Amino acid sequence: MTFVPRSRQDSTTPDVPGPGVTIGVSEGLAQVLTAEDCYAVDPLHRHSGTPRQMPHPAPQPRTIVDKIWTDHVVTQDPGAPAVLAIDLHLIHEVTSPQAFTGLRQRGLRVRRPSQTVATADHSIPTTPRNLPMLDLQAAAQIGQLEQNCAEFGIPLHGIGSPHQGIVHVIGPQLGLTQPGMTIVCGDSHTSTHGAFGALAFGIGTSEVEMVLATQTLLQRDPKTYEVRVDGRLAPGVSSKDIILALISRIGVGGGTGHVFEYRGEAIRALTMEQRMTICNMSIEGGARAGLIAPDDTTFEYMHGRDHVPHGVGWDAAVARWRGLPTDDGAMFDKSITIDANTLEPMVTYGTNPGMGIPISAAVPAPDDEADPSARRALERALEYMDLRPGQPILGQKVDVVFVGSCTNGRISDLRLAAAALKDRRVADGVRLMVTPGSDEVKREAEREGLADIFRAAGADWRESGCSMCIAMNGDQLSPGQYAVSTSNRNFEGRQGKGGRTFLASPLTAAASAINGVVSDPRQLPGIESLAAVGGR
Amino acid sequence: MAEPFRVFTSKVVPLPAENVDTDQIVPARYLKVTDKAGLADALFRDWRFDEDGSLKDPPFILDRPGMGGRGIMLVGDNFGCGSSREHAPWALTAWGVRAILSTSYADIFRSNSLKNGVLPIVVPPQVHARLWALLDEDPDAELTIDLAEEGILLPDGSTIDFRIDPFAKQMLLAGTDELGYLLSKEHEMAAWEAAHSPRIDTVAGVR
Repeated sequence: MTFVPRSRQDSTTPDVPGPGVTIGVSEGLAQVLTAEDCYAVDPLHRHSGTPRQMPHPAPQPRTIVDKIWTDHVVTQDPGAPAVLAIDLHLIHEVTSPQAFTGLRQRGLRVRRPSQTVATADHSIPTTPRNLPMLDLQAAAQIGQLEQNCAEFGIPLHGIGSPHQGIVHVIGPQLGLTQPGMTIVCGDSHTSTHGAFGALAFGIGTSEVEMVLATQTLLQRDPKTYEVRVDGRLAPGVSSKDIILALISRIGVGGGTGHVFEYRGEAIRALTMEQRMTICNMSIEGGARAGLIAPDDTTFEYMHGRDHVPHGVGWDAAVARWRGLPTDDGAMFDKSITIDANTLEPMVTYGTNPGMGIPISAAVPAPDDEADPSARRALERALEYMDLRPGQPILGQKVDVVFVGSCTNGRISDLRLAAAALKDRRVADGVRLMVTPGSDEVKREAEREGLADIFRAAGADWRESGCSMCIAMNGDQLSPGQYAVSTSNRNFEGRQGKGGRTFLASPLTAAASAINGVVSDPRQLPGIESLAAVGGR
Repeated sequence: MAEPFRVFTSKVVPLPAENVDTDQIVPARYLKVTDKAGLADALFRDWRFDEDGSLKDPPFILDRPGMGGRGIMLVGDNFGCGSSREHAPWALTAWGVRAILSTSYADIFRSNSLKNGVLPIVVPPQVHARLWALLDEDPDAELTIDLAEEGILLPDGSTIDFRIDPFAKQMLLAGTDELGYLLSKEHEMAAWEAAHSPRIDTVAGVR
C-alpha cells in the first residue's frame, strides 16, 4: 500500500465511551469518520470512496463474493465494518475453550446452537480408539469441549461418534457445507469449504466468541483475486499441484486482503474433493478465503447428504445456487492465469509453502536471488532443510511419508495412494502413515479394501484426525527427519521439532514411499489409468 | 477486555525475518492450554530454546541482554502468516509486546492482534528501511507510539505517520471490544433473523 500522510483532524476528538464500556460506540464513530477515511486506509476494502451499500444506478455484473457478501450484511454503521451474518460455525477443541470461558464471564448464551457444530480433531490420538489418551493436557482440552457443547446445546461429533473427523472433512461430508453460505471456524483451513461456493474463512478465538454469542462477525469486505486455470492436467498432475504452483508464483503473502476465485476449464474439470484441496490451501497463498462457483459437479456431490434439503426443497435450493456464479463482465481486483497443460507435479523444498518447484527442477540457489531479504530467507530455509543449492529434488531421501489432513485426507486421496501402492511395498527404512480425514472416510476405505492394500504395503493405517499435519497429538517427525507430506504447511518444526517437510500430492507421496526418495508419480507404471482412480 | 491503549515509549526488538509464521510464534504443542495465560515462555519457543529447555547459544534476540521489557518489535514482511491461532498475540502480549512494525501482516494475525491490544503498524518499504537503519545505528533507540495521533516519534524528534483501521483504533483507545459493539446491534440482528430463515439446522437428526 502507498503511504498517505494523514490529514489530522484534531478538532474532531473521537467521542467514545470510557474504559470498560462495551456498547454504544457506533454513534461516536459516525461522528468522526467519513466513508472516505475508512475506505482509503483499509487494505481490505475494495471500492475506494464508494460504500458497498450505495444503490447502483443500473445492475452491475457482480462476483460470487459480492453476491454472498451483500446477502449477509445485517447492518453497517458509517465508518465501521459490516455486521456479517454467519450461516455455519464449526468449532473444535483447540481454539474454542477460551471463547466459552468468555461467554461465561459475560453471562452470555450461544445464540444459534443449531447453526453450530463441533468435533474433536486437532489433538486427538490416531492410535486405536480403545486405548486411553496418554496426553493428559489434550484429554482435558477434549473434556472441556464435551462439557462446553453439553452446557450450551451444541451438537458434537466427538471421539466415538461415527461422524467424527477433521472439521473441514466432516462439514462437506454431512452436507452442512452449502453454496452461498458464510462459514467460519477457528482454523485457517476453513477456506476448504469455499469449494462449494461458500464464503468460508478462518477466525481467531475472540471471533469464535463473537460468533457463538451473536452468530455475526464484524468484517470489512474483501478484495477479489481471480485465479484462472486454463487447459487440462496431465496424468499424475493433480489439484494439489495447481495450488502449490499458484503459491510458488505469488508467494505466501500474495493473496493477503483478497478472496481467491478459482475459475477456468481446469477447475471445472475437477471433482469436489479435488476442488477442496485447492480451496484448502488458499490461506497458504495469503488469502483468508478461496472459492469456486457451484455447478452440476457440486450439486451431484451434495445430493442426498444428511443436511442438504430434500425433495422440492432441493430443487428450490439448486435454483437459488445457480444464481451465485460470478456474472460475465464482473471485475476482479487482481487476476492471474495458470496454464494447466504445462504444470508438472510440484514439491516444496523450503520452509514455507511458497518455496515450491516442479518436481524435475533443481533446488534454487541463494546466489541467484537478487533481493537481499529473499536471499537471506532462502539461505536459512536450505540450512534448515539441509539441502544444497542446485541439487535435484528428485532422489532426495525420505524417512517418513504422511498421507492425510484436511488437504488430502479424503476418500479419493486414499484411493489414489492405494492404487499406486497396490501389490508394492513401502521402501525399507521408510515409514508410511495413512490417516483418514474422518471416521466415515476410514470406514469407506476399509470397505473398499484400501486399508488392506496399505497394510500389505507395510503402511501404518491410523484412526482419523489432524495427526502429523500439525503434530500436536504425538504423531510427529524426529529432529532431522525428512517427510513427503500431503498436508499444507512445511514451516520449521510444523511436523515435529527439527522435522523437514516436502509438501506434495498423494500420488507423489505414494511414489516416494515406494522408492524411499522423492519421486515423480508420472513414472509410476500405468499412470494414465492410475490417475483416473481419483476421478475425471 | 484490554486496558485503553495509551501513548508509550520503548526500545525495539529487531527480528529481520520475512514471512514469520504463527507456528514459529507459538509452536502447536503449546495450543493444548484452555486459558490465555502463561504463554510468554512459548513465544518463539523453538527459536529460543534447545531440546533440554536451555537457551540457545547464542541466544535468540528476545533473550539477549537488555531486550526484556521492550514493547515494540520491528519485523519483516507478511508477519504472522499461517495458522489462525490467537495464541500468537496472546504470547506476544504475555511477553510484553504492544506494537509491531512491518510492511505487511497476514490477515488473521492482524485481526487477532487488534483484538488483544497489540498494534500491527504498517509502514511503507522506505520507512521500514529507515527504521532498520536507525536500529543499526543505535540498537537502544527509543520510539514513542501515539495511536490517537497515528504517529511514531523518533529519537531525533521527527515523526512517522501511520494509518490504522479507524474502527479498530476507536476500540483500542477506548479499551472496549467488538463483542460489546455487536451486542448493541440486537435489534438489527433480530430483524435480519426474522427475514432470513436459517440455511442449516445442525441439531436436526443426522442419519
